[in-house]
Amino acid sequence: MSEIMTGPEVNLESWVDNIISKYPPKVAKKRRRHMVVREEGEAGCSQTIEANTRTVPGIISQRGCCYAGCKGVVIGPIGDMVHITHGPVGCGYYSWLTRRNMYKARDDKKNYMSYCFTTDMQDHDVIFGGEKKLAQAIREAAQIFKPAAISVHATCPVGLIGDDIHQVAKDMEKETGIPVMAFSCEGYKGVSQSAGHHIANNKLFTSAVGKVDEPQPEFTINILGEYNIGGDAWEIERVFEKCKIKVLSTFSGNMSYFEMEKSHNAKFNLVMCHRSINYLAEMMEKKYGIPWAKVNFIGPESMAKSMRKVAAFFNNDELTKRIEAVIEEEVENAKKGIEPYLKGLEGKRVMLFVGGSRAHHYQSVFRELGMEPVVAGYEFAHRDDYEGRHVIPTIKVDADSKNIEELKVEADPERYMPAIDEEYRKRLEEEGVLSNYDGMWADMGGGTLIIDDISHVELERLILDFKPDLVCSGIKDKYVIEKFGVPSKQLHNYDYSGPYAGFRGAVNFARDIDMLINNPAWKLARTPWKDRPFLNASLNS
Amino acid sequence: MLHHTPDEISERHALKINPAKTCQPIGAMYAALGIHGCLPHSHGSQGCCSYHRSHLTRHYKEPVMASTSSFTEGASVFGGGPNLRQSLKTIFQVYEPDIVAVHTTCLSETIGDDLPSIIKGAVEDKTVPEGKHVIYCNTPSYVGSHVTGYSNMAAGIVKCLCEKDETESKRINVIPGFTDPSDMRKIKGMLKEMKADFIMFPDTSGVLDTPQTAEYKMYPDGGAKISDIMRAGGSSLSLCLGRWSSEAAGVELEKKCSVPFKVLDLPIGVLATDRFVEAVSQEMGLPVPKSIRDERGKLVDMLTDYQQYLYKKKVAIFGDPDTVIPMTEFLLSAGMMPKHIITGTPGKAFDKRIDALMKEHGHDYEYNCSNSADLFYLHQLIKKEPVDLLIGNTYGKYIAAEENIPFVRFGFPILDRVGHSHFPKAGYMGGMHFISGVINTLLDKMDRDTPEDMTMELVA
Repeated sequence: MSEIMTGPEVNLESWVDNIISKYPPKVAKKRRRHMVVREEGEAGCSQTIEANTRTVPGIISQRGCCYAGCKGVVIGPIGDMVHITHGPVGCGYYSWLTRRNMYKARDDKKNYMSYCFTTDMQDHDVIFGGEKKLAQAIREAAQIFKPAAISVHATCPVGLIGDDIHQVAKDMEKETGIPVMAFSCEGYKGVSQSAGHHIANNKLFTSAVGKVDEPQPEFTINILGEYNIGGDAWEIERVFEKCKIKVLSTFSGNMSYFEMEKSHNAKFNLVMCHRSINYLAEMMEKKYGIPWAKVNFIGPESMAKSMRKVAAFFNNDELTKRIEAVIEEEVENAKKGIEPYLKGLEGKRVMLFVGGSRAHHYQSVFRELGMEPVVAGYEFAHRDDYEGRHVIPTIKVDADSKNIEELKVEADPERYMPAIDEEYRKRLEEEGVLSNYDGMWADMGGGTLIIDDISHVELERLILDFKPDLVCSGIKDKYVIEKFGVPSKQLHNYDYSGPYAGFRGAVNFARDIDMLINNPAWKLARTPWKDRPFLNASLNS
Repeated sequence: MLHHTPDEISERHALKINPAKTCQPIGAMYAALGIHGCLPHSHGSQGCCSYHRSHLTRHYKEPVMASTSSFTEGASVFGGGPNLRQSLKTIFQVYEPDIVAVHTTCLSETIGDDLPSIIKGAVEDKTVPEGKHVIYCNTPSYVGSHVTGYSNMAAGIVKCLCEKDETESKRINVIPGFTDPSDMRKIKGMLKEMKADFIMFPDTSGVLDTPQTAEYKMYPDGGAKISDIMRAGGSSLSLCLGRWSSEAAGVELEKKCSVPFKVLDLPIGVLATDRFVEAVSQEMGLPVPKSIRDERGKLVDMLTDYQQYLYKKKVAIFGDPDTVIPMTEFLLSAGMMPKHIITGTPGKAFDKRIDALMKEHGHDYEYNCSNSADLFYLHQLIKKEPVDLLIGNTYGKYIAAEENIPFVRFGFPILDRVGHSHFPKAGYMGGMHFISGVINTLLDKMDRDTPEDMTMELVA
């Protein structure tokens, strides 16, 4: 927790009141609940925020839709699958290579990442139904590519016209012999990408995870909620391999379909992005007894803390020694790499508005760089991502999210096999190592401001009034922010750079943030002659 | 990256792979941004607005502002009318545009939301403040392509804003089509050079190519003024540049305001630019100034100086019909051989135009021309019959890399190189920009291909 100084003249409460007054009264009341001026200590711990509610129509939000969360975020990165979008051409087209989840083919050389597959629904299909076309599309995909598996993603019209994509998937799986998974992720479902994550998790759990039993060595883990943006997962795996820990699968960056099928054989699950994958972590624990821990791979300090959770879990002296040795070496190298950039970043103030994870997870690396996060918020996260998982029982599921299925999962009679005994597991849970996420509250103390699902006018005023040195966000905001003359770092796509995770990634991050903030080109922004008055006069002759 | 594409072309009836088009609404959003003080509004799910804004931003590296009706499941069942009404209320109070341009999505189209009546109600009960405008168009994403969306919005602008004016002024309306602000700026420049009185709309110059001055403007200085658009009903002629994107607006102007229209190609390449200049000169009774004549000559000079590097080079080209057609003509007139010419947008008229061009330029070699095609198909055509040059949007780079072909970017979207927002391909100067890119790319390859034991040419 830290005492934050925003612009010394800015009173947070009156700033919030002022921005709220810009809205029509009903909208103002709604938006107010998504803003929290953080307090210290006890009062701070019990503060609540409203999140994961519908965006007010007309508000310019960062949010996307359910399809994006399902196909774009969770399923798309699985590289040896053919992902077919069932709908008009746009949805598939706009998610074609636009997310930087990287993939390297396995020995079978299957890699479809550069391809975009769609049924390109026409009005004829909307009127008369698109099931036949979908079946034929799956048939053609199977014939031409013979992928490891095929996915089908519904778009807005599909639910309305009543295409039974699940039946088509079943029939075509039978016909082609290739697994076909259908996702009812129509864009209007839920209130954001978050609904799509949940739908994706559910289907992967019921249809792919658990298909192939394969005994694994003692120190085998999965990494959940890591999408290998810019190669993040490869850096994380490098470090774990050094510790002689086997990463069995990563959900879902650089993931192969076949790895999903045997992922339940791991002993321990690490959860990076809580929002998008908590469902799978919980279900894998309920069914297979695999405990999970929340980790943060961003920044050397957080990376070390995360590795120590793994050490605590396995509780093996030799492994712990190895882990500590790797930590010592890697932290020293990272510190050396970061050192040259510290001077240029000292005291710089940063804001983060992005996604459902990074707005929190990047705060510690910023602090390691001597920078201070002053205002932050998620785009589509839930209350537990802000306040911590302990508030989950108090979260009301509203009408928009009621239809997103919560799977009922029971322990598998043969395969429920926790790697550690219940007593030790309980102890680790009480210590906060297992099944725990403290949320953004833990890292934003008194005097900071939280804004959920930030809207455009709020972002404008934040920049004008708080004068941040850096704003972290996504593609739709980057150039808005930069037109103010303020550098903006994209945290969804890393400005086409990376990796930023792990130890080597932190050095890349420091280098790129320094480059962004301290590039001399920013000094050229103010036009020289703008305010110069001209006096033109001539003598009468 | 594209190693799964088989050499054999198989018949595909259902699966589209690597599309060469996208859906209507983004075209409508782009056209709406060409009105000064306009906030485009996407009547559908949040995802549409987000994807369209993101895509346009990646192409222009500029802010792209638009609002959304944020449909949830409830709205999809009961109708999006309340969402649109609330949107308009919020938009005018919070974002204060002069005008909101609403377009639909497959969601609002499928449930059959009645835009005109919803908007009428909002105007009548003063949800829309006095003096503000709300215009609209229907853009179902399962019909046509993004170009169709642009066309529908341009026609919607006419339907909603243009006013009948019996006093016919000697003035041209120019509807520039789905092309970059650099092209719109160039076309305006030529009209100014000719001293022609004109109104151009949509006009994204000054909107999506704005300067960095450490001052953010939500509504940039550019864009067609509403007052000018209204006056367009009193012009003497509408020039519709590009049949797919601009003819519909011309038809509407004739229907509503009795302004005759002429459909021309976008002035890309010598001959299409000649036709544009001629049409303006004829209609306005204006001479063609020396500056334009000289510019034409400079382009032709470039073509003859470097003709040996272009002559009979085989080209594959893909993109939107309104830009591919004149560009194909340009390549033909320069002595090149377009072999595979495709568009993702549907319409047999595309094939007909290309066939006519081939005949006109006396070519009897075999070529492949296709509308509604995708890039997977184009890739397979190239595998069957290799080419010396690929011309198309950024997605072409994967084919170019896989087949080791020189690649020149053209059209929409260009996501990975700089310049298209500011350096035109329209007009004679635009022709020079473009063809020098082609020539220099081919010369780069020539230098690269110099055998190890030989010396590179000093002069080209």
